[in-house]
Parts: sequence; C-alpha cells; structure tokens
Amino acid sequence: MGPPQLLGFVGPTVNWWALLPQMILLGAALTILLVSALAPQRTSPAFTTTTTLCSAITSFIVAIGLWNDVKTDGPSSSIASAFGIDGFSIFFTILILIGLAATALLSHGYLDREGIDPPEFHALLLCSAAGAIVMASANDLIVMFLGLEALSIGIYVMIAMHHRRSEARESAIKYFVLGAFSSAFLLYGIALTYGATGSTNLVHVRNYLDAVVFRDQHLLMAAMALLLVGLSFKVAAAPFHFWAPDVYQGAPSPVTGWMASIAKAAGFAALLRIFFAGFASHDVDWAPIVGVLALITLAVGAIMAILQTDVKRMLAFSSVSHAGYVLVAVHSASAKGTSAALFYLFTYTLMVLGTFAVVGAMGNDDEHPLSRYAGLGRTRPVLAIGFTVLLLAQAGIPVTSGFIAKFQVIAAAVDNESYFIAGVAMVTAVISAFMYLRIVMAMYVVDDEKEDSSSTWHWSTSVVVIATVSFTILIGVIPQFLIEFAEDAVPILIRG
Amino acid sequence: MRPVGAIFASISAALSLYVMAQFSIHEAGFQFQSIQSWIPSLGINWHVGVDGISLWLVVLTGLITPIVLIAVDPHHDPKPYTAWLLLLQAGSFGAFLALDLFLFFVMFEIVLVPMYMLIGGWGYDDRRYAATKFFLYTMAGSALMLVAIVSVATLSAGDQDITFNVIELAQRQALSTNTARLCFLAFALAFVIKVPIVPVHTWLPDAHTQAPTAGSVVLAAVMLKLGTYGLLRFGLYLFPEASVWAAPTLATLGVIGVIYGAIVATMQKDLKRLVAYSSVAHMGFIILGIFAFTTQSLEGGVLQMINHGLSTGALFLMVGMLYERRKTRAIEELNGIQSAAPIFAGFFTVVMLSSIGVPGLNGFVGEFLVLIGSYETRRWWTVIAATGVILAALYLLWAYQRVFHGEPAPDDEKTPDLTFKEGLVLAPFILGIVFLGLYPKPLIERIEPAVNNLISHLEHHSDYVQPDLGAPVVVDIDRVSEDDH
Repeated sequence: MGPPQLLGFVGPTVNWWALLPQMILLGAALTILLVSALAPQRTSPAFTTTTTLCSAITSFIVAIGLWNDVKTDGPSSSIASAFGIDGFSIFFTILILIGLAATALLSHGYLDREGIDPPEFHALLLCSAAGAIVMASANDLIVMFLGLEALSIGIYVMIAMHHRRSEARESAIKYFVLGAFSSAFLLYGIALTYGATGSTNLVHVRNYLDAVVFRDQHLLMAAMALLLVGLSFKVAAAPFHFWAPDVYQGAPSPVTGWMASIAKAAGFAALLRIFFAGFASHDVDWAPIVGVLALITLAVGAIMAILQTDVKRMLAFSSVSHAGYVLVAVHSASAKGTSAALFYLFTYTLMVLGTFAVVGAMGNDDEHPLSRYAGLGRTRPVLAIGFTVLLLAQAGIPVTSGFIAKFQVIAAAVDNESYFIAGVAMVTAVISAFMYLRIVMAMYVVDDEKEDSSSTWHWSTSVVVIATVSFTILIGVIPQFLIEFAEDAVPILIRG
Repeated sequence: MRPVGAIFASISAALSLYVMAQFSIHEAGFQFQSIQSWIPSLGINWHVGVDGISLWLVVLTGLITPIVLIAVDPHHDPKPYTAWLLLLQAGSFGAFLALDLFLFFVMFEIVLVPMYMLIGGWGYDDRRYAATKFFLYTMAGSALMLVAIVSVATLSAGDQDITFNVIELAQRQALSTNTARLCFLAFALAFVIKVPIVPVHTWLPDAHTQAPTAGSVVLAAVMLKLGTYGLLRFGLYLFPEASVWAAPTLATLGVIGVIYGAIVATMQKDLKRLVAYSSVAHMGFIILGIFAFTTQSLEGGVLQMINHGLSTGALFLMVGMLYERRKTRAIEELNGIQSAAPIFAGFFTVVMLSSIGVPGLNGFVGEFLVLIGSYETRRWWTVIAATGVILAALYLLWAYQRVFHGEPAPDDEKTPDLTFKEGLVLAPFILGIVFLGLYPKPLIERIEPAVNNLISHLEHHSDYVQPDLGAPVVVDIDRVSEDDH
C-alpha cells in the first residue's frame, strides 16, 4: 500500500543524475545566499568566488561522467522527453561551466575593485548559468523558455548591480525591455508551433512534421519566423542587434563577457535544437531565411565595427559578425554545418572571455577609447601579446582556433554549395580584420611614450587571459580532439 | 638577443644548404617528402617536400634571414624584433615547402603577422598606415583563395576521401572547366596581390618605404616570391587548362607592370621608393616568363625570382645603410657620395648593374631566358617587355648619377665609407650575383626537370603544345656566359 493518491497524478520519471550539473549550481547559489544572510559579518569575496569555482568544477566532473554515459549507452531524455541528455546538451554544459569559471574569476577582481557586494552577484551568475544549461538541454519549447528567462533575468540584474554608474542602469533597462520583446516573440512562436503541430515538445514536433504533409503551412512558417526573430535578438544577429553595442558598452566588462559568450552560445544552442533537430524536415523553408540573416549579420557586424571608436563597441559589433559566421554554419542545415557551428561557438566563447578579461582590466570608465591601449605592448608585453593573439584569433589568422573555426564554417558552406555566402563571409572577415588591427596597432605603435598607470591588473585576470590564450593556440595547432568532440555533439531528439 | 637569433637562423640556413647538397639533380618530382597526419577529420596532412622550383627559394630564405639579422640593428626592442624575423623565416620555409593546400594557406597567412609587426614596430613615420594596408591587401586577396581551396578539395573528392594533397589534386583534375577557371581566378587574385601586379600593387611602395631595412629586404627577397611561386605551384599545377585560358591576360598585366613600374620608378624622389617600384617591374618579368609556358621562360622566371631576391635584397640593404649614415633617403639631398665613400659606391654599382641586367651578372641570365623563351609563344609581349630592360638602365643609372656623382655638399663629404662588417654582410650578395652571372648551370640543371615536368603536365591537361625551340638551353647558357668572359 503506497501513500494515498489524492489527485491521481503521477509525475514523470526524473533522471536526477542527468540534472545534477545545474542542481549543483543552484545549490551553490543558495549556499552563498544563506551564508551571506546568516553570517555575522560581510562574507569575504574569496568565499563566494571559491564556492562558485568549486561548484563549476564539480559540475564539470559530473558532466564528463554524463558524457561517458552517453558515449556508452547512447543519448536519452528525461522528464517526459522534456530534457535531452545527449552529446549536444553535455557539450554546452561543459562550455557554460568553463564560461562560468572564467566569469567568476573575472568578476572576483572586478567586484573587489568596484566595491560591490559579491554574494548576490555570484548567486545570480550561478542561476544564470543553470538557466543556460537548461536552455541548451531542453527538448521542450516551454522548458527552453524557462531556461532562457532564468539566464536573462540573472543578466539584467548583474548589469545593473553597479548602482553608482548610471550607464549600467541604462544598459540594464535597455536589455530588459528588448529582452522582454524578444521573449514575447519567442513565446508567440512557441504558441503557433503548438497550434501547427499540437505539441511544444520538439520530439513530437519532429515526428509530426515527418509524418504530416500540410496543405498550407502558413501557421508553421509564422511559428518558425517568430522563433527565429526571438532567438536572433538573443544571439544579436542583425537586424536584431541594436541593443548590443549600447548594452555591451554600459555593462560591467565581466558581464559583457558573459553576455557575449554564454548568452550567445545558449541562444545558438536553442536555435540549433529547434531548427536543425526539430524542424529538420522543413529545412528548405528556414535555411534560406537563416542564410539571408547570416549575410546581413556579417555585413552589418563588419562594417559597423570599423566605424566605431570605442573598443567595447567595436567588440560588440565584432560579436555581431561572429554570430553571422555561426549562422552561415547553421544555414547549411547539415551535420557538418552543425558541428562547425559548435566548434565555432566553443572556440569563440573562450576567445571572447579572454578578450573581455583584458578590456575589463583596462579600466572601468564608461568609455574605452583606443588611446587607452596605447603603449600596452611596452608596459605589459606579455598581456599585450596575449590580447594580440585573441584579437588575431577573432580575425581568423592561422595557428589560432579562430582560423580552424572559420575554415570549418567555410567548408560546411561550400559543401552545401553556398559559394556566395562563403565568399561574403571571407570578405567581411577582412573588413573586421581592419578593426582588430586598429586595436593591435594602438598597443604597439605609440607616437609619444607615456607611462600607463590607469590599468590595475588582478591576478585572476591574468589567469583567465593565459588560459584562454593557451587554449586558442592549442586548438589552432591540434584541433582534432575538439573537432571530434563537436562531431559527437550534433543534436538528436530522443523520446524516453 | 640578435646573435642568438642569428645562430638559430644560421642553423636553418645550414639545413637548407644540406637539402640543396642532397637534392638529386635531374629528378623532376618532389624530394624529401614527409607526410604526417594532422587533422584527420578534415583530411588535412602535414605534407612537405621540395622540387627544383622551390629548392632555390628555400635556400634563399635560409640565407637571407641570418644575414639580415646580423646586418641590421633594430635600434630598440631587439628581442621581439629577432623573434618576428625568425617567425617570418619559419613561415616562409613552410609556404615554399607545403604540399598540402591547407598547410600552404596557414603558412601563407601566418607570415603576414611578423611582417606586420616589423613594419608597425620598427618602421618609419607612416608605418601605421603602411602596415595595415599591407596586411589587409594580402588578407583580402587570400580570402577568396580559402573558399577556392575548400571548393577544389570538396569538388575533387567525389566518392573518395577529401584531400588537400596538391599532388593528388593535380592528378585528379576532377573539376569542370568553368569551376576550375573560377577557382583559378580566386587563387590568382591572392597571388597577384602578393607579387604584386599592376593595378593591385599600391601596398608595395608604402610597405617597402615604411618598413625597417630588415623588413624591406625580407619582403623583397622572400615574400614577394610567395606570389610567383604560388602561381607556378598551385595556379599552373592545379588548374592547367584555366592557366592557359588566363595566360594572355596575366602576361599582359605582367608586361604592363614592367613598363609601368619602370616609368614610375624614374619619377621617384625617394631612393627606397625607387627600388620598390623597380621590384614591380622585375616581378612583371617573372609573370611574363611564367605565363609564356616554355622551358626557357619558366626557367628564366624561377631564376629571376632568385636574382631579384639577391639584387633587390642587396639594394634595400644598401639604401638602409645609406639612411643610417645620412638619415635621409631623398635623392635630392644626396650628392657625390662616390668621392666620400668609394667602396660603398663600388658595391652599389655591382648590385645596380645586376638589377639592370648587364651581361656577366645574374640579372642578365634570368631576363635573357625569359625573353628568349617568351618570344616564341608571346612575341609582342616580349618585344614590349624588352624595352623595360632599357628603362631599368635609365632609372637606375640616373638615380646613381644623382646620388653618387656630382659635387658633394659638406654633409655628403662626411658620409663614412663601408665598414668591414657591412662589407662582410654584402659579400654573399655580391658573390651570388657574380657567380650566377657566370655559371648559372648548377641552378638551371636542378630547375629544368621540374619545369619540364610542369610543362608536360600543362600539355597533358590542356590543348597547349610547347613549340619546338631546338637545342637544350643549358648548353646555350654556358656558351653565352663564357663568350662574355
């Protein structure tokens, strides 16, 4: 005799083991909040950072274990097929955890310098990371939406946490309003998907679309369009990128890094899972639209970037043009293209984290003029070299991971016979290169010698820069293992 | 730091000489091949090897870098300067040796970074502009080449595994005529910007003038050759039909370069800019030689790459020495240097005559081979290009006259003469210039099999047939040089 069932409701079986990575992060967030609330004096920044790092590392180990399970037992799903446990979700879990560790380290130095209370910031960061993982793993559009909101709400507050700076608040409001807009688009898209296919579960959507031929598919087309618009906001693809330069500029640099890397990666994870896996049978409908979006994004990102004078705004547009590259890979709607997109996102995330680590350490003012970087090559030669490597990697120069990533994207596009898009992608890469070279030039070519005193380097910045630079060069020389990792992570939708 | 760098560069030089010594003459294919799996998922291998066409460029690259490291004092930051020069040497070696398209592209692009840093870090006033222009021009050229590389590999694959192996791809020839032509154009664009050919040459005068002496020397002697070498190795070899199709256009552009470069060089007020434009003219000759498709013209083209490396490299080195003495490169401000620095003037004369193409020195052999080889297949092009030889005499002799002859001003009289160390640095150039002028046979007999191999590849895959030119050229050249002396 079991307990009396009051409502006759039986919940779905839950694979707790598979949920462990984000459970650990949420547990750490609660621990930080509890300790800071109960502790008699202010919690030390060391405690919060250590807790965040430890939870990231523990989650990472669990994720590796899950990866091995998926390798041996094959992919599966849990909670009534709403949560996918496949190479794709674990790939992104690992990526998000790396991003979390880097951002925690960077914000350690930043919070210390700016005198902001660390517990809330770290708790929000952990929630945001958990949301990103849910978003990348969700097989169900509603669950995906929940993940997206958890990710975004954390970011809204983190941007505004620097309460003495009005720009940060302005940024936060801007991102919040536009984020709400994009969420609305996304929700409407989810509703129409439900209308067209009778489910929000992507496994069901996929099976339904495979089996059914529509007499007219206006509803489905509208659903796809709205989902695409909603996610394009999140990944800052043109013409839905207008928030990016202002928000990137106003936000604290560690948060900008988090937005540019993890928020974008999670957005693309959702995009890939919905379109490549869910709407796979209708790729003739969505792939051309993604192609056009990619072309606009590449062009806008590259051209606007060279018109900027502020480094943070330059990097904002550079992140727009990187989104264009990933969209080129998504456009090819093939396993090859998807693994190219995953490879690109992985390498790009690390590059951009390192880049914003340097930018953050260059000062906390609202403006980042190029002149601030003048003479960095002389005052901080090692970090200047590191920054140069990261910038050249973003420009796609060989012997960096950025080149291998671009090469794979081009290969996927050529494989798909999209020669025009491949050509445009390469030409815009040259235009963006001009912008990266301007920053490099500023560091090395100084007209008058002056001692740089404004920058304060925290050891944690150096750790992040050195780690990301080493990774960037390592992957540039021996990319094979990451390529295989990305090939194994192409999303599959599995029931049960 | 520089001595350490020079030691390492010399080790590379010694190894390149060892390859030269071990190179088996009369063998057409690639020697010293080495294939290691690099990125198996993408079908990419570390594949290097050397043949008669690349051998001498490898030797040139090996020898130039240690000389430059010893010769030129960077004045500040010697550590990064040495590192960038060594990286430049490594990348150039890689580009000349690569037999895998992906590896070649990596090397072709990676040499941009050290050169960019050298111009930007140790260059003259306008270095920011020059370095960025140099980088972007070359990168813009190679952007479409990457798409073409991927396209060639993907489209040639068919049912087989994808490969970037140049030898394999040249054998497959699986592309349709139009696709091959488009891909050839993408490759050609990258290479003609690097050469450079008029009208995409504008980065070169700026880069050369603003670069520090070491940068100019390596740029002229080694990096420009990446363009002509690329056309030979990848243009002709991978796309024989498209090369024959595009040959008249490219040969025309080459000849325009010869005349245009010479005329513009005549008008220059800056000695370094003058040498830079003379480069444009000389590289035009090489392009004509390559796209005339005869044994002699191709041999002349390959030989001229080495000759240009020696003579223009030495010219840039000497203009640099002059600048160190006088802090100016303006032709107007220099007068009668000959009386103050006779030995320097003597060295300069030899190098200049080699650049003009006076018989008995190396420049003549290359130009003569190009002209004689092209005459059969590209008669009118050759006739016009031949006038370029006269123009070369005009601008170089005129410049020499203005700088070295005449009444020295008080400043000029104090110009110190060549030091022993500088003489030692220039000696290898002079030796090479004279030796190759008198006895080019060791080079030609190693170049010829590879060149003949390339021409028969062209004949096999297109409707081009090489006209019969009679006796083998090696014998002719011996006779020509012996008659002069």
